[in-house]
Amino acid sequence: MAFITNHLLILILFFPILAAAVVFCLPKDNLKAIRWTAFGASLIPFLLTVYLWIQFKPGQAGYQFQEQYSWYSALHSTFHVGVDGLSLTMVLLTTLLSPLALLASFNITDRLKAYMMLFLFLETGMLGVFLAVDLLIFFVFWEIGLVPMYFLINQWGAEGGEREIWKGIKIQARSYASLKFIIYTMAGSLGLLLAIQLLGVLFQNYDLPVLYVKWNGLTTGTMLGLSVPTVKAVAFWAFVIAFAIKVPVWPFHTWLPDAHTEAPTAGSMILAGVLLKLGAYGFLRLVLPLYPAESAKYAGWLAFLAVMAIVFGAFSAFGQKDFKRLVAYSSVNHMGFVLLGIAAAAKAAGTLDGTIALNGAVLQMFNHGLSAAGMFFLVGVIYERTHTRNLDDYGGLFPLVPVYGGILIFISMASLGLPGLNGFISEFLVVRGSWSVLPVFTAIAMLGLLFTGAYILKGIKHVLQGPLNEHWTHGDHKLTDINLREIAVMAPLMVLILFIGVYPAWILDMINKAMVMMFH
Amino acid sequence: MQFPLLSVIVFTPISAAMLLLLYKPEQKKAIRITALTAALFALALSIVVYSTYNKAAAGYQFIERYSWMPAMGISLYFGVDGLSVPLVLLTGIVMVTGVMISWGIEDRPREFFAFLFILASGVFGVFCSLDLFMLFFFYEIAVFPMYLLIAIWGWIKTREYAAMKLTLYLFIGSVISLVGALVMYKTSGMNTFNMLDLEHAAFSTGFQKTWFPFVFLGFAVLGGIFPFHNWSPDGHVAAPTAVSMFHAGVLMKLGAFAALRVGIMLLPEGAKFWAPVIMVLALVNIVYGAFIASVQTDFKYVIGFSSVSHMGLVMMGFATLTPEGLTGAGVQMFSHGVMTALFFAAVGMVYDRAHTRDIPRLGGMIKPLPLVGIGVIIGSLVSMGMPGFSGFIAEFPIFMGIWKTQWVVAVIAAISIVVTASYVLLVVRKVFFGRMPDEFEGHIAPVRTLDKIALVLLMAIMIGIGVFPSLMVPWVQAGVQHVLALLGGA
Repeated sequence: MAFITNHLLILILFFPILAAAVVFCLPKDNLKAIRWTAFGASLIPFLLTVYLWIQFKPGQAGYQFQEQYSWYSALHSTFHVGVDGLSLTMVLLTTLLSPLALLASFNITDRLKAYMMLFLFLETGMLGVFLAVDLLIFFVFWEIGLVPMYFLINQWGAEGGEREIWKGIKIQARSYASLKFIIYTMAGSLGLLLAIQLLGVLFQNYDLPVLYVKWNGLTTGTMLGLSVPTVKAVAFWAFVIAFAIKVPVWPFHTWLPDAHTEAPTAGSMILAGVLLKLGAYGFLRLVLPLYPAESAKYAGWLAFLAVMAIVFGAFSAFGQKDFKRLVAYSSVNHMGFVLLGIAAAAKAAGTLDGTIALNGAVLQMFNHGLSAAGMFFLVGVIYERTHTRNLDDYGGLFPLVPVYGGILIFISMASLGLPGLNGFISEFLVVRGSWSVLPVFTAIAMLGLLFTGAYILKGIKHVLQGPLNEHWTHGDHKLTDINLREIAVMAPLMVLILFIGVYPAWILDMINKAMVMMFH
Repeated sequence: MQFPLLSVIVFTPISAAMLLLLYKPEQKKAIRITALTAALFALALSIVVYSTYNKAAAGYQFIERYSWMPAMGISLYFGVDGLSVPLVLLTGIVMVTGVMISWGIEDRPREFFAFLFILASGVFGVFCSLDLFMLFFFYEIAVFPMYLLIAIWGWIKTREYAAMKLTLYLFIGSVISLVGALVMYKTSGMNTFNMLDLEHAAFSTGFQKTWFPFVFLGFAVLGGIFPFHNWSPDGHVAAPTAVSMFHAGVLMKLGAFAALRVGIMLLPEGAKFWAPVIMVLALVNIVYGAFIASVQTDFKYVIGFSSVSHMGLVMMGFATLTPEGLTGAGVQMFSHGVMTALFFAAVGMVYDRAHTRDIPRLGGMIKPLPLVGIGVIIGSLVSMGMPGFSGFIAEFPIFMGIWKTQWVVAVIAAISIVVTASYVLLVVRKVFFGRMPDEFEGHIAPVRTLDKIALVLLMAIMIGIGVFPSLMVPWVQAGVQHVLALLGGA
């Protein structure tokens, strides 16, 4: 037991890899064994995270459960992991969504073993980003997580469709989307990579707490033939662009709808549920602490981008005919609120408003993780039965699939921000925090919220309401209701959505203490 | 007396080559088994050298010295430092895997393995030599068999052209270096080719500035430096698989290593003076190489030009003359060696079955050749510098070194990362995924067990170093210290 307590983070981080190794050893035809092994194994990190949550002391400043091992000593980088309230929340989200995504993948039969292994690798990659306390380790996991996702979209994505890449050369849509996803993110990370190298050269150290102090201590003078403020401003934008692409923030969001549309259902769940959070987490963990002055200076720009994401995201979602694209654009819309909260906190760091906005942003990350994963799964459920995602092909399905319809409305309402469900709490906090800091932007964002309601209702209307499309009532394509396994995927999400909606204190307490300690 | 580890390593392959020639040509099985045994023996000894090299003490170790031509100050002088130890290990690895994947050669395997082993002896010799004359001696031994290996066993369409081009380029390069070396010998007035003594020859700054370009560039031709790189992709394409593995895996390192050992270490002032020029050339290598690779349609040309790009990073690391840059360059030599060996092995396996390397004509190879596909994917991740693999461990410090000297170069060089990522992913997608053309349906035989062992070994090394950099970096660092001391504690 002492071993588990002392190495809790390492166990959580690397257990999925171990599970992948076990899956690798299973016979490839025994689909049942592979499914249950992968799913069962992914529950262990979740249970360990719950244990971690209980053992964690929210009032204590700094990282807890730290472990540090020598890694790349030539560059003074160590394998340093630790959690604070912010990363713990994200770790909980990751370890919760991963088993659900694996459970959602039980219908996969094509090369199941490779699929499950990639998923488990992906889980380790995501957890590594949240747990890293060393900038180089952060970058390692940041990049490595791209690879499994690339192959998941590329190999298990939607089969149809073609996209033109260059002067009439056409490739499969899923290849296009996966390539766009990985190249976009890698190219966006180049600036981050270069800035990290600069920090490494300057300080010969990659430990985050050390970097916070040393980098912020550097305010005047010249560096590389330029003034320090100039270098810092460039490095700030290098960080911002890398993370903005991942969030994704308008105008860097165009990879997202493509990736979502082509990704397999579980891939979309993780993509929207966790991967997008990596970008927002980068803002909170690196951008704000490393560049407080620049963040405050450029907060207006960040808020502008956030509001554009909120408004355009909502409009674009409303304009979609493809159910999955609609949900994908809704992610742009919702993640805009996260960035709005961050921008407000950047401008009013340390104030009550700033802290409230940050609380809202982090909770919004968690909430969006739950609702987006749920929405994408529900899209997947209906797509699997109807083989169409075109909203015009549905219509009046409620009587055919009453349980599914109920769940869809529930998740939609959470996404819409209905009081009593989780989305309301976080969006309210963001708006409450940013209202006095960035009034104009907040006001526009509120208008965006209106359109959030519009596109969500549009989705429900086209799928469940209206005249029944008789095509789905008979024959081979008679629509069946959501099955027990699928309900099992949705149930934990729905319980949490409701629970946070009526009693947010259990998680907000954790987030609030972390935010107060990080940004005061 | 200590066991003469290095001379045994150097002379094992050539002795095995002689032994192979004693067999009758039709005893193919015995020939192959002998070859593999000899290769494994050399690898085992190089592992011993690697694992027993004392990193804390650094410097040259396992020293052996035999008088050869005392009147001229030439001796058979072996010793390894932290920079050459990984390269000796690399040579052992490429030798073993090269033999494994050449198991199926039916055309005169006896001569093939004999020439390959003469080549291997030359390579080992260069990495272990501490005598300038002997370094040249082994250098030429390493280059010469390439001509025959390519011209006889190569791709029928271009083998004569490529063999001729390669050999002429390399001979001209080495002649230029030789001139520089002879001038050094003469000017030092010490009547010795002993490089450890020449390191302290105190050449005048003017002398160093004049002769450094000769020595460095002469060797760097073999390292594929721009604009003298274009023999390399042609050679790769024409060469048979195992020779391509040697060529890209170790031979190009020979050039880079000799350029460092003779150029930078013996003429440090010259290196400092010319570093900006090398940096620019290396930058062209890196970026231009990546762009050229991205437009190739022949699988082997893609890898060939990507080697040009990656060897540019090695030269770039040298040119920074910083601890980080040199360390990165040292690791990059090893990492790139393993990576290209894997790439060429994999390309060879595909080509042997599909009889084409034309990328647009290939497709769906992952199904019949899963391990080859995984190998190429891992190799691709290494080549795009993905963290968690050895390429990142090498490239990151090189970039840090560039930041220390000229940050603009770092920003430009970084472009190559994205270019590389996009073309390797497109190639992987086209060759291994997608629909398999009908002509290949049912014609793609699975790979042999030995092929699998070779692929897995190479993959494991790249992942191992990527996850645990301490498996390699401390060795290189120990070697770099000495180089830095010669550069005046830079």
